[in-house]
Amino acid sequence: MATKEIAGVQVELDDEGFMTNPEQWNEDIARALAAEEGITELTDKHWEIINFVRKDAKEKGQVPTIRRMNKAGGIATKDLYELFPNGPAKKAAKISGYPKPQGCV
Amino acid sequence: MTDKQHKPIEKVSIVLSKGSLDGVYPGLIMANGARMEGIEATLFFTFFGLEAVMKKRVKKLKVATVGNPAMHMPTILGSIPGVSAFATSMMKKEMDKIDIPPVDEFIEMISDAGAKLYACKATVDMFHLTQDDFVPQVDAIINVGTFYEKSAGAQIIFT
Repeated sequence: MATKEIAGVQVELDDEGFMTNPEQWNEDIARALAAEEGITELTDKHWEIINFVRKDAKEKGQVPTIRRMNKAGGIATKDLYELFPNGPAKKAAKISGYPKPQGCV
Repeated sequence: MTDKQHKPIEKVSIVLSKGSLDGVYPGLIMANGARMEGIEATLFFTFFGLEAVMKKRVKKLKVATVGNPAMHMPTILGSIPGVSAFATSMMKKEMDKIDIPPVDEFIEMISDAGAKLYACKATVDMFHLTQDDFVPQVDAIINVGTFYEKSAGAQIIFT
């Protein structure tokens, strides 16, 4: 566990750079974390996913799976892979200020 | 944890050769998991594994209750009509709880994730099938040589 300043805020991160306290998150942090993942601009479509992840994770206590994003959030799997390339579930969780998803799917 | 000493896996080719529900899922979970990690994935359905991508069969795959010691069930019980159907419905229920989709939906998800799906030509010929018999996610019917060509640089996993 380490603390790092991101977008002017001290945030707690785990060894892999995932935030451990989603309460510390804000939209500027999301932009900074996205840039770290090579996503230079967060479009409306990105925000739609981030907002769903945050809402669902808060309600359910865990970040949604790709299937849940599709079924409950109406997010097409193809779009998810396009918007968050090379590891969409992990990246969406990271940028949304949540720990790495632990499930197998 | 991340192994920093070795180069990460960039590409996998997964062969699915079994046609039971329990025979199909491991390969699908590994393929989907690969895509989730940004690993390129190719799936090759061969022999009874073809059932997982056949329109008429994909929703009817069953758990094998006979000849499987891990079922903890004597063969004679496993062979009673309805036992395989029961085991199948139990497995489907448990899968759904952990958000693992039914096979037809899983195939669609894996294809949408950018994996390539191929049917084995030798099996297609043996069972007298055509592209029409397969779900639309099957990209092509290819022979084993083409499979190896497409697997250049990949780790091959046989299930």
